[in-house]
Amino acid sequence: MSDSTVGIGLLLPEVLGTYGDSGNAQVLCKRLQWRGYDAEVVPVSLDSEVPSTLDLYLLGGGEDMAQVLAADFLRDSAGLRSAANAGRPVFGVCAGLQILGTRFRGVDGVDHAGLGLLDLVTGPSQQRAVAELIVEPNLLDTPLTGFENHQGSSVLGPGSAPLGRVVRGTGNGDGTEGAVTDHVVGTYLHGPALARNPELADLLLSWVLGHALKPLDLTEVETLRSERLAARRAR
Amino acid sequence: MSTRLRTRASVAAGRLTAWFSRTARLGRGGVIGGRVTLRLDPKALRRLGRDRTVVIVTGTNGKTTTSLMLTRALEALAEVAHNGDGANMPDGLVAALAAAPEAPYAVLEVDETYVPWVAEQVQPAALVLLNLSRDQLDRVGEVRMMERDLRAAFAGLSRTVVVANCDDVLVTSAASAAARPVWVGTGRRWSGDSVSCPRCGGAITHTDREWRCAVCAFARPEATWTLDGDLVHTPGGRQVDLDLRLPGEANRANAALALAAAHCVGVPPHTAAARLRTITDIGGRYRTIRRTRHSVRLMLAKNPAGWAETLRVLDEDTPVVVAVNAHEADGRDLSWLWDVHFERLRGRQVVVAGERSADLAVRLCYAEVPHWSAPDPVSAIDTLPPGGVELVANYTAFRDLVDRLPDV
Repeated sequence: MSDSTVGIGLLLPEVLGTYGDSGNAQVLCKRLQWRGYDAEVVPVSLDSEVPSTLDLYLLGGGEDMAQVLAADFLRDSAGLRSAANAGRPVFGVCAGLQILGTRFRGVDGVDHAGLGLLDLVTGPSQQRAVAELIVEPNLLDTPLTGFENHQGSSVLGPGSAPLGRVVRGTGNGDGTEGAVTDHVVGTYLHGPALARNPELADLLLSWVLGHALKPLDLTEVETLRSERLAARRAR
Repeated sequence: MSTRLRTRASVAAGRLTAWFSRTARLGRGGVIGGRVTLRLDPKALRRLGRDRTVVIVTGTNGKTTTSLMLTRALEALAEVAHNGDGANMPDGLVAALAAAPEAPYAVLEVDETYVPWVAEQVQPAALVLLNLSRDQLDRVGEVRMMERDLRAAFAGLSRTVVVANCDDVLVTSAASAAARPVWVGTGRRWSGDSVSCPRCGGAITHTDREWRCAVCAFARPEATWTLDGDLVHTPGGRQVDLDLRLPGEANRANAALALAAAHCVGVPPHTAAARLRTITDIGGRYRTIRRTRHSVRLMLAKNPAGWAETLRVLDEDTPVVVAVNAHEADGRDLSWLWDVHFERLRGRQVVVAGERSADLAVRLCYAEVPHWSAPDPVSAIDTLPPGGVELVANYTAFRDLVDRLPDV
């Protein structure tokens, strides 16, 4: 990988990949390449170290045991922590969001320490949230859409702001959705989130490149967005 | 009313309902009839399954195919009750058994989530566990939770032979709890859901044909039946040439498991294999439909593991129509489209169809597969130049197509 190539770290795809999460990496990579940047996806597996030199880090969704396994592995990783402290974007979805928080309680009733990159504590909720999720974001102009499937109820502390406000669905459980601290973003939106929400993808990329990006004109993505947003009104 | 009489009366009421449903064109009749029977007599499944030799087939992919294979094989012995319509929940099972009250054998395809209850009711002679992978994320939930439920159920089935694919880590974990497992080595294909150990969470390492957990002692058991190319090696040291009419490695794996299960019930492997060769399509799957301008091969693929197999059997250079819906029976969450290696479709003409063609179009856009969109799958065929077409659909999209495309 040359210095000019943007390295997109896909963390532990073998355990954090339940919801087509590698799609987020693919979306970021293509959106860079289509604009003429060199980019590559760098999968980081359980038998290696997390490099601190990547430009962006992605954590996907995972099942309960996998989430604990991933949290144990990433807690010991100096690479991810130093990259996050240096302002490199980190994007976590579902289990990834919970791992980025300070603490989460699994279905086993046991508390596990998270990475503390987000000020967020997750406990089990009464009911599993399984539905389309629509969010009015704080950082962007257009609504975010995705699918949620989790039984976590997440409470933010003062160190994180919500990603947005729930319009439809459950999100964190208190009307807010996701969490943001500096360039660390977590959300319950999958689908994958960045395939469904190009503005969010480009926001992460603008943090990598240090400047805003002109939107890409992708008819397919616009069609899907209008279809998913219209599905909300039909109900 | 005696219990036997009660079951008979409930079955009669169910049949009447089924007849009404068909006559009134409300549906195919089976499921609603079974529902009425079960409502009137909650123990109907237990009674209808009693006094027969029952074989259950379950797993994420290949249930309908394998249960048809087993039915054909067991028909060498006597009449077989079988839910060949794919209605694999309790209502459908009751309907299938009630439709063949005298059949001494029954082959039941059972939805994974209902296996613990159904197996407890019918106490099957054999149970085939094909594979376990992610499917309908929103509905069934975690595949590992499913494995734990099956494991607990198998521990309680002291008289059941569990025929299991030992190249699937999750299957092996569940079937290890059985009193009498029969291991069938089918070769490793989809392992996307078994990278961490179902017993301890450690990493599973794969080497050649073996796999083991790097942390605990959990490892691939020795197979007594082995699939090797087109040959099945039996425990008796014989070789059976499958020579199936159905395409693909997945169907050969299904056949190997069917041969092993048929053998448990008393059908010799060569006899069973000969009967498997009479199968040319499974409820429309793999069937080629001739239309005026196109000859369309129908295929079903509803999750990443199924798609991985399907991408292998697609004809080179033949245009493809892909139809995707997201009804409850399909799973409402289409994230799994991103776990399918659609990049392999590059270089072909591809049409996206189905109620959720827009989701598929975005996936293909990022896979850099040129395509066009025609939401109605039948109209999508007509947008292609004359000749062969491969049509791959997920569950409800496929079902609708089979109903709409007449077999001429």
